[in-house]
Amino acid sequence: MDVNKNSYTFGFAAIMVVLVATLLSAAAISLKPFQDKNIESEKKQNILSTVGIEVSREDAAAAYEKNIVNTYVLNNKGEEVEGDAFTVDLGVELKKSADQQLLPVFESQQDGEKIYILPMRGKGLWGPIWGFVALKEDMSTISGAVFDHKSETPGLGAEISLGWFQEPFIGKTIFEGTELVSINVVKGGAKEDDMHAVDGISGGTITSDGVTDMLAERFGQYLAFFNKKMSEMIELPTDSLVVDSTMAFNLNTIQ
Amino acid sequence: MSDKKEALFSKKNRKLLIDPLNDNNPVTTQVLGICSALAITVQLKPAIVMAISVLVVLSVANVLVSFMRNLIPSRIRIIVQLVVIAALVILVDQVLKAFVYDVSKELSVFVGLIITNCIIMGRLEAFALGNRPWKSFLDGLGNAFGYGWILIVVAFFRELLGAGTLFGYPVLEKMGLYEMGYENNGMMILPPMALITVGIIIWIQRMKNRDLIES
Repeated sequence: MDVNKNSYTFGFAAIMVVLVATLLSAAAISLKPFQDKNIESEKKQNILSTVGIEVSREDAAAAYEKNIVNTYVLNNKGEEVEGDAFTVDLGVELKKSADQQLLPVFESQQDGEKIYILPMRGKGLWGPIWGFVALKEDMSTISGAVFDHKSETPGLGAEISLGWFQEPFIGKTIFEGTELVSINVVKGGAKEDDMHAVDGISGGTITSDGVTDMLAERFGQYLAFFNKKMSEMIELPTDSLVVDSTMAFNLNTIQ
Repeated sequence: MSDKKEALFSKKNRKLLIDPLNDNNPVTTQVLGICSALAITVQLKPAIVMAISVLVVLSVANVLVSFMRNLIPSRIRIIVQLVVIAALVILVDQVLKAFVYDVSKELSVFVGLIITNCIIMGRLEAFALGNRPWKSFLDGLGNAFGYGWILIVVAFFRELLGAGTLFGYPVLEKMGLYEMGYENNGMMILPPMALITVGIIIWIQRMKNRDLIES
């Protein structure tokens, strides 16, 4: 048989493509339920770990049911809209305009205090990065943060998913007086008394900057929600829900 | 025909396995697979994971291509090789994602690198296309080991000197070197130092084995 005939070459290529495509699609379809379950459990694990609960992947579903007391979806005016917070895909939402996006919120109760967990998503050096940040009732103090990535370089950008990078976020505040300043990830190390900055990653500057941008952008979207919650805390009359700058400032200084 | 009578580990076959470890090392002698040596040797753990995944993909791809060697039209052989490698890597990745999710997370970033690793393509083209499956399998194993040990040595020095840890364990701190004034060498975790480390290995290798020096 002459394997270099045109007809043979075309035939070989066609059969190979069909075979490989069938094999890969069959594998992808049959394995998808297992993969989805893993991804779902991991998401629950991440949400729980922002409030300090570390569970194995198998126990994640049960612990999630127990500890996450409420979930809802907001628009960027801070109003509740219809939707399931857990299934909102931020990858899809970020492609929409700001006022169209769905903003999920997860609530947990720890030591008698309510904690709000907000999902994050942004860009790293090589691909998307995401995570969850938990805020205390004052809507400014961070009580936990978890980050993850798709394809950052191990030892460099991928360090965002490690404890040493995430732990310094705890206790930092995202408001300076009345202003939302978010948290900056600083190249070369943050000043010790800086309440709005954490250390960056040597050799991972672009991913560190990605985290800074992600936090600023996401917190910005929730601003109306923050204001609403703050004004509830200082027990304003129900008809004036949006806090003005002096009120937010007072609230933060009291805290 | 003599091939059939040959013992599984005859002298020739052992050479296939052992040569790439030193004299014919894919990284230091053939200078292939350098990009991945730069990218993933910041820490020891990913380097080992990469070495194992290359081992699996290279030996299986070598065997598959060797089985098909008389059927593959020569004009599209590179495409065929690429399809075999890509399909294998995707398949392995999918299975890992479903059943060993943690390992797959560790691996995900390397999947692209495995497909583009020139050692795999190079071995398919240079060896598997012209040899029987068993020999190709040995050749795959040998080259993957040769690639793997270089990767691990480079990662060992980069992690130890750059971050002061091994597998994340703070070795230098436990040894009390920081108290004696030692500081981590931040340059070791940057890509150029991987190239320089590989360069030093090549230098040592050629010092010991003068035959490798080009005239």
